[in-house]
Amino acid sequence: MSTILIVAEHDGTHLNLSTAKCVTCAAGIPDAEITVAVCAAQTSSVAAEAAALKGVARVLAVEHPANAHLLAATLAPQIAALAGDFTHVLGPSTTFGKDLMPRVAALLDTAQISDIMAVESATRFRRPIYAGNAIVTVEIDAGAKVVGTVRAASFQAAETGGSAPVEKATTNAEIPSHTRFVSVSAAKNDRPDLQTASRVVSGGRALGSAEAFKTLYKLADRLGAAVGASRAAVDAGYAPNELQVGQTGKIIAPELYVAIGISGAIQHLTGIKDARTIVAINKDSEAPIFEVADVGLVGDLFQIVPELERLLG
Amino acid sequence: MKRILVGIKRVVDYNVRIRVKPDASGVITEGVKMSVNPFDEIALEEALRIKERGAAEEVIVANIGPADCQQQLRTCLAMGADRALHVQADGIVEPLVAARALLKLTEREQPFLVILGKQAIDDDNSQTGQMLAALWQRPQATFASKVELDGDKARVTREVDAGLETLEVELPAVITTDLRLNEPRYVKLPDIMKAKKKPLETLTLAALGVEQRQRLKLTRFEPPQQRQKGIKVKDAAELVATLKSKGLL
Repeated sequence: MSTILIVAEHDGTHLNLSTAKCVTCAAGIPDAEITVAVCAAQTSSVAAEAAALKGVARVLAVEHPANAHLLAATLAPQIAALAGDFTHVLGPSTTFGKDLMPRVAALLDTAQISDIMAVESATRFRRPIYAGNAIVTVEIDAGAKVVGTVRAASFQAAETGGSAPVEKATTNAEIPSHTRFVSVSAAKNDRPDLQTASRVVSGGRALGSAEAFKTLYKLADRLGAAVGASRAAVDAGYAPNELQVGQTGKIIAPELYVAIGISGAIQHLTGIKDARTIVAINKDSEAPIFEVADVGLVGDLFQIVPELERLLG
Repeated sequence: MKRILVGIKRVVDYNVRIRVKPDASGVITEGVKMSVNPFDEIALEEALRIKERGAAEEVIVANIGPADCQQQLRTCLAMGADRALHVQADGIVEPLVAARALLKLTEREQPFLVILGKQAIDDDNSQTGQMLAALWQRPQATFASKVELDGDKARVTREVDAGLETLEVELPAVITTDLRLNEPRYVKLPDIMKAKKKPLETLTLAALGVEQRQRLKLTRFEPPQQRQKGIKVKDAAELVATLKSKGLL
């Protein structure tokens, strides 16, 4: 049997959807028994959400004042202490999991498999490399503990409706004080979350200014879409970093992705290759984005975007 | 002496179109341009800027890899690193092995800061910095977009999914760099000449007492699934109609 520990990502109140995707990934491992670890200052609401995920056998609630902020340096020794008899320890391949899991793997003296996109057996997985330009099958020796991060865009979220027991857990891990949380600047808004939205409108360098980029928000609102950006648009200061889609930004899999003024660098395409339908609007008919677009429209975005807005109004 | 250690990896250049070998045994690297991993260049640039501000006295650049990597170490010396350490290792160096080797180098050189790229653009693992921090039992600040040093502490702004997070870490610490931390300088020809005279020390994993264990077998390489060729529409109205007919609106 595979006993799998999933490290929950949350904001102190709600579980991040990436955790439900980790559960689906874990459920694909043959004969899996899934435990979710919720580390927080107060675990109750997050633990309840984790317990409701179908496929979860049990939730471990680890309450500690140091867990008020999810810092890799303080969490890793706790997760390593919990990892004990588990065969697999998984976390999401979000900035949270990417930061934490290698630290856990090193403490456990094991290798990490990053960005798992498919499960072939308890010890064999597939993952993208070279910005998704190649897929490699990775195998770890049976008997070795598997630490991995799960590429959320490759898995559907586990359904809710389950009712796993929640157990309080403590560890005797030594929690260091050398790393302190100062602040987070999260732009809160009412728009759908980029990582989980079913529709995304994304803008690139061709927008030309932060003001022009803002016009995409109106179109996004008409579509009920989240807003994304290419690296070029973020580098140019048109959009904040958390909107970046691509190899080093967010990897997303919406039903509809509308790329506006994005040329389609390979690093950007990596972030959207799981989108069901890609629409590209660009004045350059040779732009690489058209090679992956399901529907392409060659033209001036400054005319097309307002027109789309009107048509969708 | 106040030292910064920078780790660099030799990777297939950013602009090379990656092709998988027909026998699925790997990615074609023969005859393609190799470069310093772009994130590691950013790491080196940050170290050089810290030194130029007077907050560090020496910048050491280190690599764990085959003999060819000395080319990339020379590039780093030309950028401005003071000296280079080359830990020779053929074959696959897994992140945990790299982290163990870097740990040995930190014990030897006693840096107050180790800066690495947040990931290498070949295997996209994003592990080595975090693993080093764990083994070294020191803080980590990954995906950094801003680094401010203040005595025995550093305040690091990180690019995270929610936005920008700021951490305060006690030094020594490990920092991994994101894209927007800085823009690396270009190497000038006279600097390339000067770099030839800078010290480059060759070591081995065995001499450092690090076992080159390969725990992951890479059994098969495949190209990604291609998307089907799409259609072109002539205007916004046809676009909306097409999306409606596909049930997307």
